[in-house]
Amino acid sequence: MSEFDLEPLQSAIEKYIPLGRSGLLPALHAAQQLYGWLPESVSIAIARSLRIPLADIHGVIEFYSMFTNKPSGKSTIHVCTGLACSLKRADDILAHFRDFRLQYDTPDRGFSGPVPVRRIETSPCLGLCELAPAALVDDQAETLIELDKDQYALGRPISIVYGTVRMLTSNCGNGTTLLAQYGGYSGLQKALTMRPEQVVQEVKASGLVGRGGAAFPTGIKWEGAAQAISKQKYVICNADESEPGTFKDRILLLDDPHRVIEGMCIAAYAIRAGNGIIFLRGEYAYILPVLEQAIEESRAAGYLGGGALDFDIEIRLGAGAYICGEETALFESIEGKRGFPRVKPPFPTTHGLFNLPTVINNVETLCNVPLILRDGALEYRRLGTEKSPGSKLFCLSGDITKPGLYEIPFGLALGELFEMAGGVSNGGSLKAILLGGAAGAFADSSSLHVPLTFEDLRSAGLPLGSGVVMVFDESRDLRKVVAGLGEFFAHESCGKCYPCQMGTQRQKEILNRLATGNPYPADIARLQDIGWTMTDSSLCGLGQTAASAVLSAINLWPGLFGLTEQNGYEPRQPGTDSVRAQKGKTKKPSKSAKTSRRPNRSKRAG
Amino acid sequence: MTITLTIDGKEIVVESGSTLLEAARANGLDIPAICYHEATSPNALCRMCVVEVDGVKLLQPACILEAREGMKVQTRSERVLRARRTILEMLASTMDLSETDSIQEWFKEYGVDVQRFPDARPRRPELMDDNPMYIRDYSKCLLCWRCVQVCAEDAQYTYAINFSGRGYDTQIGTFFEKPIPETTCVLCGQCVGVCPTGALKGKREYLLEHGYTPQEISVMNTGRKKRR
Ligand SMILES: Cc1cc2nc3c(=O)[nH]c(=O)nc-3n(C[C@H](O)[C@H](O)[C@H](O)COP(=O)(O)O)c2cc1C
Ligand code: SF4
Ligand code: SF4
Ligand code: FES
Ligand code: FES
Repeated sequence: MSEFDLEPLQSAIEKYIPLGRSGLLPALHAAQQLYGWLPESVSIAIARSLRIPLADIHGVIEFYSMFTNKPSGKSTIHVCTGLACSLKRADDILAHFRDFRLQYDTPDRGFSGPVPVRRIETSPCLGLCELAPAALVDDQAETLIELDKDQYALGRPISIVYGTVRMLTSNCGNGTTLLAQYGGYSGLQKALTMRPEQVVQEVKASGLVGRGGAAFPTGIKWEGAAQAISKQKYVICNADESEPGTFKDRILLLDDPHRVIEGMCIAAYAIRAGNGIIFLRGEYAYILPVLEQAIEESRAAGYLGGGALDFDIEIRLGAGAYICGEETALFESIEGKRGFPRVKPPFPTTHGLFNLPTVINNVETLCNVPLILRDGALEYRRLGTEKSPGSKLFCLSGDITKPGLYEIPFGLALGELFEMAGGVSNGGSLKAILLGGAAGAFADSSSLHVPLTFEDLRSAGLPLGSGVVMVFDESRDLRKVVAGLGEFFAHESCGKCYPCQMGTQRQKEILNRLATGNPYPADIARLQDIGWTMTDSSLCGLGQTAASAVLSAINLWPGLFGLTEQNGYEPRQPGTDSVRAQKGKTKKPSKSAKTSRRPNRSKRAG
Repeated sequence: MTITLTIDGKEIVVESGSTLLEAARANGLDIPAICYHEATSPNALCRMCVVEVDGVKLLQPACILEAREGMKVQTRSERVLRARRTILEMLASTMDLSETDSIQEWFKEYGVDVQRFPDARPRRPELMDDNPMYIRDYSKCLLCWRCVQVCAEDAQYTYAINFSGRGYDTQIGTFFEKPIPETTCVLCGQCVGVCPTGALKGKREYLLEHGYTPQEISVMNTGRKKRR
């Protein structure tokens, strides 16, 4: 086992030893950088240093897709095969990369076969969807890949920002905003003149609602953590952004990191927290230097690291697991464990990271906070609606003329946003819009009038999610798109609870049958039973939404799935439906699914 | 202190702090449960015990939900039955449940079609016979986590086993899939004791089932050995 020089490892992981188990993910990242992969002897050395059982280390390496215990060189290319990139020849790009960029070492170090110098992996979405098709070459973004011309952009991804207002994005689009350009933390200065309870009241009065997908009122969350009694509390910025189709946080972090840091400082003051953590998704490693520099600037200016506020921030890098965006799985990950979500209650406000009171907020949520404090809740409420105040970021991608990040006040109609982005690209016509990401739902042209607010979307049965608006033109085979969703959830289920662990796999198998035009009779009834069971009884939000887009597609385009009302299909919503009485009663869907690419006129479309 | 709640239309009185599962069982109402075990910390992961609680949107796991004053609970609503039946049908398509009697009974009770998912990829890892004490046949593993828990903080603090893979391909495993004698396992047998499915089974029992006589087994080097 001595074929690996363990000397450099010790110095690379030394600084994580005081963290104990919580130092595991950083140590594994450091080790993989050194060796390209995580061999047994290296894992044992890390286990000894951090005092972690061997079996547990193995469990952690196995959980995260960016870690590997298979022999490999130091370079990795992740080719995105996600929804937006799939529309732009991702499969061809993957094949091309496999043909031309994969190189093998001669067998050495006692391995039986050749070791790839470079690994080529796929990713279910790199958060670069408006720049599709995309890949990640080590930690550099390769975007706007044009295979035929052999052209692409490499390095820091560009930021394309549109919209009708510039509140959250006022500093976005021109590279990183340094502290000198950002100015003083005026929102924080204002907060420091108030009592912490008043800051919480101000955020409550603003009506700010979380932008990470769960739409929870931020002020109420802060109040819970502020009232929890503990010497130590945490403020966590959720920068795991892995919802397919979402890239807003990437742009906020790259272009305006001080806004995020200021938001965290204000949260820390409000709940009296001393420790802050930014949990950055592993695929966004190119943002690390930007954040590190901003934190340094902020320390030098006396905002962080002791001063008026006794608060400091560290950054943790994820390692490739969508589930780690779920708040409790994120805590487990920081604690050095597999990213299994915890049962709730208890909630993070009282039992969060290390079981201590914790406020966890999305990047975009935190970016609203300095504005609210600086201008006051009343001023903040001048934009948007009563129940959805402020502005919102939308991530437009797919078959749309002007893909990019859009900031608009809450209340514009979906169609207005769609028109603003130039409508369907290349003069095509609209088939479908995926709203809210993989965990969201499909809409068609009949929903273009719906105002983009939490309340209007809810009553239209549509999710806002993380602000994804992904457009599909009429030439797209939605059965393939839906099969891609099935693939995604099966890949990302953590495997803890039965409904999702098995349901995502069975769902994927059936959706693949449908996509190839070879469904079995009663496959739709199977999908619905699986979907409703996952929605109704899964442990966390992943399973609870893993069938949402699939069921919405069945509802909108039953014909696409071989269903017509003539053959006994009745549209139903999950949760509110009554059980399909007995399986025997389910009529067989006609085999015509094979040929039917045209949607059947459903009631909703008419 | 006691509280009063309604389960399936029946008013019941229980000690406050009880879970719904405890409340139901203390009153002669049964709720099916797979992962729940008195000796292990609850993870509420099998979701067989889900019930419908008035005013709560999603189904709730009875094994951890605390009973509250005035709660109205249905343990056999249509939604509950659909979830349980589908979970059981998915289990049937995934693993070998031939030795798990309680689940076989539920198949009948919930009208389960064990062939519901044609062409489903089952989990069928090979049987592992690598130590003198027990065999590991993970094709029967339900992923209830009990063995991992008793091997760790719930009892033994040995940490010989953990997980490998993720999602549907999660499995119980050792460090780099090493055979048990090369791990920290002390052959205490706690895991075998809590395994509900026969995935972990004493070697002697396994050999008897496979037609060996006690005399043949006695010369075979099975059972717990003192470690050298
Ligand atoms: C599977 C899953 C993935 C999630 N991913 C993210 C994410 O990448 N970023 C995020 O901010 N919230 C994510 N969330 C939501 C978080 O659990 C949490 O609600 C959020 O961070 C709270 O912040 P907010 O109130 O500011 O929205 C995810 C939830 C689930 C169930
Ligand atoms: S719903 Fe899925 S992701 Fe969430 S705990 Fe269950 S298996 Fe894990
Ligand atoms: S081996 Fe047995 S105890 Fe362990 S998880 Fe599987 S079924 Fe449960
Ligand atoms: S970056 Fe490819 S789909 Fe998001
Ligand atoms: S017994 Fe309640 S979830 Fe398993």
